[in-house]
Amino acid sequence: MKKEKPIIELNDVKKIYRMGEVDVPALNGVSLKIKQGEFIAIMGPSGSGKSTLMNMVGCLDVPTEGKIFLDGKDISKMSESGLAQIRGKKIGFVFQKFNLLSTLTALENVTMPMMFQNVDENVRRKKGVELLNLVGLEKRSSHKPSELSGGQQQRVAIARSLANDPEVILADEPTGNLDTKTGRDIMVMLKKLHNDGKTIIMVTHDPDVGKHAKRIVLIKDGMVVSNHKE
Amino acid sequence: MIGIFIGIAAVVALISIGQGMQNAINEEFSKAGADRLTIQPAGGFAGAYVSEKLYQSDVDVVNRVKSVDFAVGVIIQTGRVKYKGETEGASIFGIGSDEETRRFIENVDFFLVEEGRQFKSIDNNVAILGSNVAADRFDREILLGEKITVENKEFKVIGIQKKSGSPMHDNMVRITIESAQELFDLEKTEEVSMIFAKVKPGINPSVAAEDVRKALRKDHNVKEGQEDFVVVTAEQMIEGFNNILLVVQVVLVGIAAISLIVGGIGITNTMYTSVVERTREIGIMKSVGAKNGDIISIFLMESAMLGFFGGILGIVIGLSVSKAVEIMAVSAGVNVLKAYFGFELVAGALIFSMVVGTISGALPAKSAARMNPVDALRSVM
Ligand SMILES: Nc1ncnc2c1ncn2[C@@H]1O[C@H](COP(=O)(O)OP(=O)(O)O)[C@@H](O)[C@H]1O
Ligand SMILES: [Mg+2]
Repeated sequence: MKKEKPIIELNDVKKIYRMGEVDVPALNGVSLKIKQGEFIAIMGPSGSGKSTLMNMVGCLDVPTEGKIFLDGKDISKMSESGLAQIRGKKIGFVFQKFNLLSTLTALENVTMPMMFQNVDENVRRKKGVELLNLVGLEKRSSHKPSELSGGQQQRVAIARSLANDPEVILADEPTGNLDTKTGRDIMVMLKKLHNDGKTIIMVTHDPDVGKHAKRIVLIKDGMVVSNHKE
Repeated sequence: MIGIFIGIAAVVALISIGQGMQNAINEEFSKAGADRLTIQPAGGFAGAYVSEKLYQSDVDVVNRVKSVDFAVGVIIQTGRVKYKGETEGASIFGIGSDEETRRFIENVDFFLVEEGRQFKSIDNNVAILGSNVAADRFDREILLGEKITVENKEFKVIGIQKKSGSPMHDNMVRITIESAQELFDLEKTEEVSMIFAKVKPGINPSVAAEDVRKALRKDHNVKEGQEDFVVVTAEQMIEGFNNILLVVQVVLVGIAAISLIVGGIGITNTMYTSVVERTREIGIMKSVGAKNGDIISIFLMESAMLGFFGGILGIVIGLSVSKAVEIMAVSAGVNVLKAYFGFELVAGALIFSMVVGTISGALPAKSAARMNPVDALRSVM
């Protein structure tokens, strides 16, 4: 393995949610380094803090304690608009529940992230069509999410995650809502993205899905309990 | 949205009617002529009951004022008019039939005769009808030469006035002052309701008005400030009317403003609901890079659109209402109400409703933007 600077580095990250009077610790000091182009699976039981970890890395939330570096920049103390900027440009999200906008067509869903980066309308369209092509949904571009199967919706979501050419794809249980066969198709797609050089971090609790990754990080009670390569 | 369109409809209707009314009144007074003075008993207006009175002797006093060309006393009373068994109320207008008065009358648009003729000095028991009285007030049109009964006396119709657009004059029955005195028992006192005076050419009406005041004060033996009469120039009359109208408009617009505020609160509520319903959508947009400013613009745009559509609806309804009021007023014999349709009114109302929409959406949009992306995404809505 080449010695390179990690694209993502977590330094003793803690996240504590306050639920009224009680503190719910979701992450209890997680340190982790992820290099450019890695394909990592984060595994662990339900409620162990996997999603919380993903949300921190994806700039959707900020840690209570600790630091997170993305491309060498500390994002744990960034302003809301700074975080939004990173989410838009450097990160692509794929969620378990697809999270498409139900009122928009497949194509509009894919081009939406470019809108927030003020990309020109024609460029947006062209790129959107390209991405739908990539996930094999060129014929469904004007369909609403409700007119698509779960697998198709997740493919639209993957196309959307690539809209602004992010360096990192974060996939939180991308196959969680899909049957085994469709899930496998999605995994093929993620692997292809990995081969194209994207850094991929995927959360799953399914070992069959996890084995596609090149490294597995096991989390329990908000702490990393094992971290090994296949 | 309902509130905003009611509010905008009210504003548009009120401005439309008010502006139309003002235009009509200004026109009416410009028809009466700028060189006209009106002298009334103090404390009342045009026939309303007042304790102070004016008499034929006052007319003579005014006539002797140097800056006054000519003055005439008139009797204005309301009376019952009967025609073919039907009785209607009308304002009865008694005015002299002498040569000088006739020349005065011929220069006033309100008194122009379309059919028939004006009074002659030998006329007795004759009437000239306002256009509405002749054409609209009774089931059957009153024709030249027919008989009508005013109070208990019969009059022959010798003239029908040209439609003037002035409700007062179009609904009058004009008779000679002698007939009016007889009809209303004013022969002995020689009381008059009002004095019209024409200012000599080249003399400023307000200067002439002051001359008249002086002469009447001297004659009535009263000090300045204690007059039992009022002298008004045409200009002051217009101003007075416009001031009254302004007050009425301000009050009505105030009422409209309240409904607009209610409408605005309605939009705020709608937008809050929309924000809550779309919490997850907000989370999704944030997760793909929407900045707080983007979310704010999205929701502000939406509330401005709500305002815009409410405004369009309000303008359509408001203008229809004012047109309907105009039609109703005309059929009731009131011609002063002319609905006003101006581009500024429509454009102003549209911009205004969008501004109200935007302002009303400000708080909900802000609350949408402030949402934490993770919480928003976890929302089940
Ligand atoms: N927004 C939140 N508010 C309060 N508690 C939360 C929140 N998000 C997560 N938690 C809690 O933090 C813990 C970790 O949650 P999560 O990261 O979603 O776990 P996982 O994805 O591994 O199932 C759980 O106990 C969960 O209830
Ligand atoms: Mg989870």
